[in-house]
Amino acid sequence: MSYFDPANERTAREVIDRYPRPRSAVIPLLHLAQEQEGWVTPAAMAEIAEMTGTTAAEVLGTGSFYEMFKFHPVGRYLVGVCTNVSCQLLGGEELLHHAEGSLGVKAGGTSDDGLFTVEDVECVAACSEAPCFTVNHRYFHRADIDTLDEVVADLRAGRSPLPRGGAGDDGDLPAHGTLARVRQHIPDDRRAGIVPPEQVDGAPAWLLDDEAE
Amino acid sequence: MPSTYVPHAAGYVDNDGPKIVTSRFSHEDSFTLERSLATGGYEGLRAALGMRPADVHAEVRDATLLGRGGAGFPAGVKWGFCPEGVWPRYLVVNGDESEPGTYKDRLLMERDPHQLIEGCLIACYALGLSQCFLYVRGEMALAQERVATALNEAYAAGYVGRSVLGSAFSVDVTLHWGAGAYIVGEETALIESLEGNRGMPRIKPPYFPAAIGLYGKPTIVNNVETLANVPWILRHGSGAYRKYGSEASPGTRLFTVSGHVERPGVYEVEHGITTFRDLIYGEAYCRGIRDGKQLKMFIPGGGSAPWFFEEHLDLPLEARDVGQAGSMLGSGAIIVMDETTDAVRACHRMVRFFARESCGKCSPCREGTGWAEKILLRILDGHGRPADIDLLLDVGDNISPGPYPVASFAAENLEAVPFPPLQTTICPLGPSAVAPIVSTIRRFRHEFEARITRSDTIPVVAADPRAGS
Repeated sequence: MSYFDPANERTAREVIDRYPRPRSAVIPLLHLAQEQEGWVTPAAMAEIAEMTGTTAAEVLGTGSFYEMFKFHPVGRYLVGVCTNVSCQLLGGEELLHHAEGSLGVKAGGTSDDGLFTVEDVECVAACSEAPCFTVNHRYFHRADIDTLDEVVADLRAGRSPLPRGGAGDDGDLPAHGTLARVRQHIPDDRRAGIVPPEQVDGAPAWLLDDEAE
Repeated sequence: MPSTYVPHAAGYVDNDGPKIVTSRFSHEDSFTLERSLATGGYEGLRAALGMRPADVHAEVRDATLLGRGGAGFPAGVKWGFCPEGVWPRYLVVNGDESEPGTYKDRLLMERDPHQLIEGCLIACYALGLSQCFLYVRGEMALAQERVATALNEAYAAGYVGRSVLGSAFSVDVTLHWGAGAYIVGEETALIESLEGNRGMPRIKPPYFPAAIGLYGKPTIVNNVETLANVPWILRHGSGAYRKYGSEASPGTRLFTVSGHVERPGVYEVEHGITTFRDLIYGEAYCRGIRDGKQLKMFIPGGGSAPWFFEEHLDLPLEARDVGQAGSMLGSGAIIVMDETTDAVRACHRMVRFFARESCGKCSPCREGTGWAEKILLRILDGHGRPADIDLLLDVGDNISPGPYPVASFAAENLEAVPFPPLQTTICPLGPSAVAPIVSTIRRFRHEFEARITRSDTIPVVAADPRAGS
């Protein structure tokens, strides 16, 4: 019995097929597991090890290096308040304090209703739009405590707080674990051919053509 | 929509200068294949496919396209480091942008993913690279969506995959996501991560993964912005590219300006000829310090760069000049701090970043960054000891021995120490943590001393470092 549900298992196979070696798929599959359940469970790691020819310990070894993977349940919404210098200069730390106070948790903790986990995060790459916070990695720019309160109220009421229009994100805000809502798909008839490096011998065709001329 | 919301993609600020990589940013649908094709998209690829691969490489080399990730190494030269006769070769695109103060690559991926894909394809064609891995920072959900959509469109339309545009050129492009680790921006750590491991930098030599990289094979690692320049170079030629910017640094560059300026944003500016003063004070750019305040200091090239002050404003935005002046242009991130900024608090926050992001492989960095952060925290808390300032410098000296790069101080007759620093570590993360320490202590030692002296009179309750100053 696979850990992944049928749709995710198909996705997982497709992801592995995009790499010359299956182990390269460990991080994408950890994301997929986190998308399925909101955090990375021991069963997920065992399954990923099975699929990529590694061990569960190796999967945990890799996964635990990266901030985004959670090995315990977290809130449906991960509120990451940036306090790095660009944001600090314009009130990022005050914003974090407000988030902690209003949600009743310290950074790293999850609110009693299980909805919100607050994190004190490093630079989220929106520095000119400081101070900035993200919810499940969706940005809220030039935020103040009112912005944060409005977003929290929206989420509690089941409304999407994502800004509409423009060139940005829109639609519903997915639960923690879902990153891109669009997946890469390489159609079989368009695939150039992905093989392990040891199965490649010699220069690619277009270079050989060039030399032959 | 509540009034406090600002649209997601805010950030890029248009100006009258030349547009090489941001030419489509003003279009709302800039990320679609349709818009790309309507505005010259994939024409650089068509031009390249009509040339011999070696000539495509020569064109990029002649453009003197400098790497935009931080080190500023010429991309055309790096492309020439693949050993003869070793196959396959890979391309890894470094989109793991995490340097504090920087977000140009995110905008390039979100707003013009086809331009990046086209640049990747041209590089693969020129060098005989059989697969490209587009490593996008894990937190950048929208960038991942846009790149995935663009790749799906490009595969379907015949620009990527088997027999690109009916030619003998075939290449697969794989979108890969990171999962939150600053150090993965270091190219050998990036490769480790792509192999499914903890993102720890590899021992050097070899200094370039072009010799031994992904799966032990020759691998070219380029920054997103670097590759985004390539289609333009192939469309218009290296000669046209060199007409912009300075001789040593041709073309344009994206600068992210944040902090206490009137109009922060990402600006495309001519490389090498614009000065910090133009960018920070110019009407077309950031329009000066907020609220009529005075400049106290600025970071010229991301969190890893030693800090600059008022007297360095007239330096050009040029890697060599900035390096000789004791800092680096790095990833083009300028963080501006006005007179109200607490130097100790800003220094602590930057050091805390490096302490959190140290991968733990080299002892001087693993132990030193955390130690320095603790010392700075106790100084902030009012528990600093008189010896702490020299202790901080000593910890720094064990990560980065010898004179550390610093800017010149004309008033004190002090010469600049040029970049880069020496290091006792495999990668530059450890030495980067020393930059804020040395920069602030050298210039604002009195602020540290004042904090420490105060500890004599308020010994009991620590001031909360995060309370507003």
